[in-house]
Amino acid sequence: MASSTLLIPPRHYLNDGYGIKSWLLTRDHKRIALLYLAGVTLFFFVGGAMAVLIRIDLATPPGDLVTDETYNKLFTMHGVMMVFFFLIPAIPAVLGNFLVPIMIGAKDLAFPKLNLFSWYIYIVGGLFTLYALVSGGVDTGWTFYTPFSTVASTTNVIPTALGIFITGFSSILTGLNFIVTIHRMRAPGMTWFRMPLFLWSIYATSLINVLGTPVIAITVLLVAAERIFHFGFFDPRVGGDPVLFQHLFWFYSHPAVYIMVLPAMGVVSELVAAGCRKPVFGYPFVAFASLGIAVLGFLVWGHHMFVAGESVYSALIFSILSFLVAIPSAVKVFNWTATMFKGAVSWETPMLYAYGFIGLFTIGGLTGLFLATVAVDVHVTDTYFVIAHFHYIMVGGTIMGYLGGVHYWWPKISGRLYNEALAKISAGIIFIGFNLTFFPQFVLGYLGMPRRYHAYPPDFQVLNVLSSAGASILGVGYLIPMIYLMWSLRYGRLAGSNPWGAVGLEWTTTSPPPTENFAETPLVTWDAYDCHAPSESHVA
Amino acid sequence: MSAHILPKRIYYTIYGILILCTFLTVQIAFFDLGPLNTIAAIGIAILKATLVILYFMHVKYSSRLTAAVVAGSVFWLAILVALTMTDYLTRAWRTFG
Amino acid sequence: MPEAVRDHSHVPGLAHHFDTLDQQTEATTLGMWVFLVTEVLFFGGLFTVYTVYRSWYPGAFAAASHELDITLGTINTAVLITSSLTMALAVHAAQLGERRTLLIFLAATMLLGGVFLGIKGFEYYHKFVEHHVPGSSFQFEQEYFRHAQIFFSLYFMMTGLHALHMVIGFGIMLVMFWWAWKGTITLEYYSPIEISGLYWHFVDIVWIFLFPLLYLIGRHAH
Repeated sequence: MASSTLLIPPRHYLNDGYGIKSWLLTRDHKRIALLYLAGVTLFFFVGGAMAVLIRIDLATPPGDLVTDETYNKLFTMHGVMMVFFFLIPAIPAVLGNFLVPIMIGAKDLAFPKLNLFSWYIYIVGGLFTLYALVSGGVDTGWTFYTPFSTVASTTNVIPTALGIFITGFSSILTGLNFIVTIHRMRAPGMTWFRMPLFLWSIYATSLINVLGTPVIAITVLLVAAERIFHFGFFDPRVGGDPVLFQHLFWFYSHPAVYIMVLPAMGVVSELVAAGCRKPVFGYPFVAFASLGIAVLGFLVWGHHMFVAGESVYSALIFSILSFLVAIPSAVKVFNWTATMFKGAVSWETPMLYAYGFIGLFTIGGLTGLFLATVAVDVHVTDTYFVIAHFHYIMVGGTIMGYLGGVHYWWPKISGRLYNEALAKISAGIIFIGFNLTFFPQFVLGYLGMPRRYHAYPPDFQVLNVLSSAGASILGVGYLIPMIYLMWSLRYGRLAGSNPWGAVGLEWTTTSPPPTENFAETPLVTWDAYDCHAPSESHVA
Repeated sequence: MSAHILPKRIYYTIYGILILCTFLTVQIAFFDLGPLNTIAAIGIAILKATLVILYFMHVKYSSRLTAAVVAGSVFWLAILVALTMTDYLTRAWRTFG
Repeated sequence: MPEAVRDHSHVPGLAHHFDTLDQQTEATTLGMWVFLVTEVLFFGGLFTVYTVYRSWYPGAFAAASHELDITLGTINTAVLITSSLTMALAVHAAQLGERRTLLIFLAATMLLGGVFLGIKGFEYYHKFVEHHVPGSSFQFEQEYFRHAQIFFSLYFMMTGLHALHMVIGFGIMLVMFWWAWKGTITLEYYSPIEISGLYWHFVDIVWIFLFPLLYLIGRHAH
């Protein structure tokens, strides 16, 4: 570990202005990142609470904890909260906001006021949706399939749809901000191919945000319009096609899963490079794989509709394209593994999360190929197999990447070190709890247990109990980091500029950084991950 | 960014073409050309939009990045429409009813 | 890449996190273009819905399209194209630092935008009177009664969203007029006018497609 001459600067972004106004009216991307951290954590708790109730109900075969209608509302809110208000914003809005300007050597994002506005939009959208939750809930599933959502459901579809519509603009504007920043505000010498791979992932994610989110925006607007004005876009009674909703919905919602996983992959690239003291193997391949995932991810949405009523020929096309999109993901996994080969592999907490990501994402990704095979999908679609598949990616992948990133950059963000022993233990608890929760679900799905049902045949109880037990362990695992991270803010050891001895512009500035990030605009003459790069700032 | 100050007559010329195209597209609509009606209507609209983009929005005098952004948006919309239509054009059970 | 500029105090309009006015202008222009990309996909969803149903119900779409007033639609198209001309001339005036001309053309653009919205409102009123609004009061010839509702749903949704964008554009023009009046817009700093122009032209382009797709279907039949 590198030592540092200056442990904590007298003036930095956290003490540059006190009081609630200095936070709620800030233009500093670092403070906005922390505002987002508060928001995503809140919504994670709401979504998590839904999950707790679901798993308790599923511990016994009859649906006896809540009524059928309430159960529908539980899994709907779990999905809506987790997808739109946690997984999609978490890494880009928290880690991306904090790191993008620093990693390219800029003072802030291109549009700081727009950045703050994006946060307000996110919070307003979230509050709309929370209102829908507490005033009765929604029972359509997070997928809002028509005609149930437009005609038959008697629940709060409209406020939820509007909440998602509003929050979508937060994603769009954040993506716009990142794209312009990366194109136009790189420091002198910071060429595209000298950027850390995290930035390539964020850039690819931002492309998806900008190209895909508008389509979900118009789609939820159409659902709301159909409910309010009785338009007939998806209504068979006037000749509309409910499957058209699914086309529009999944055109966004499939790339959305890449919005969720690409930033986590970017984090993993950084963690693996730092943890193995080696440049990431095959940098250009990993960079282009990010773009490849973003592009190909837009061509596969029909694989969610194999049994919904799309034609056999279009199913075939989407199936083939879905196999193609696995390739760039696999390239990344191979390259991370090659980076670890003959590297000085470390076992510090962020790296534990990175290794967990690589393994669990591989399982999730491979099971995606099962689902992309039309003949297999006919058997396992809408079963717990699908649920296990996407939770391996979203939780085993994205959340692990998120936690790994939070731990890795925590010293930079807070200036403090957390308790490493507790952190390692938590990572282990999370890994065990996660697998115990979701691996049995692959088996359950294969055996035929449908998703979104809370009553099931007694034969499935053992696997469900294992899953619920795992969920309680996972819950504990998530709570512990919140405690020791908060504790470290006050009592943690001071971190210094570069506690990991890693390479990157963020490690050349102080921990915490000053408001303007750098005392002088850096001049970059080294490649990403080049260990001959300056590792500490010599200008306070 | 160097300012590309176009002479005003370019704007007036483009304007004239746009109005002429509008007149044309309305006139063509009154003749029965079968499937060519739709092709002509879309084609003229594309021509008009292209002129607005190139000259009124200065894309002809802007960076390659700007042109790539414009082309990308059109391409992505084409993906949405085309791949959706692969479903609708190949369903054995034609329309809904 | 530009060198760091320490003192921003006498560069009017330059935000502190940018190094030069050029960098800021490039960034804000790219930002508006990226925003327009999102608008293309936003309206694009509606164009997709249109494509599907027009391919399914050509007869109903033609019959329903007939019920739209082609004269008013054509006039509106000409009005909007003219407003794009005045917008382009406004930008031109800003580039030359001609404040008075800029104000005149901004006002002309707003006036034409207002005319467009007025005609649209008149058309909407007519649709309401003729019972062509989908819902319980909808009336149409028996053969196409069901599918014509999809056409009119699309008509109101597409032109309604377009009109909303025009209203927003009108608001933007008001702000630009105010800035030009105050003297915020100068020979060195006129990019807000250009960027507002980009937005306005985009709204015009949406209408350039809406007009034939909604008003000109099957006009030869009668």
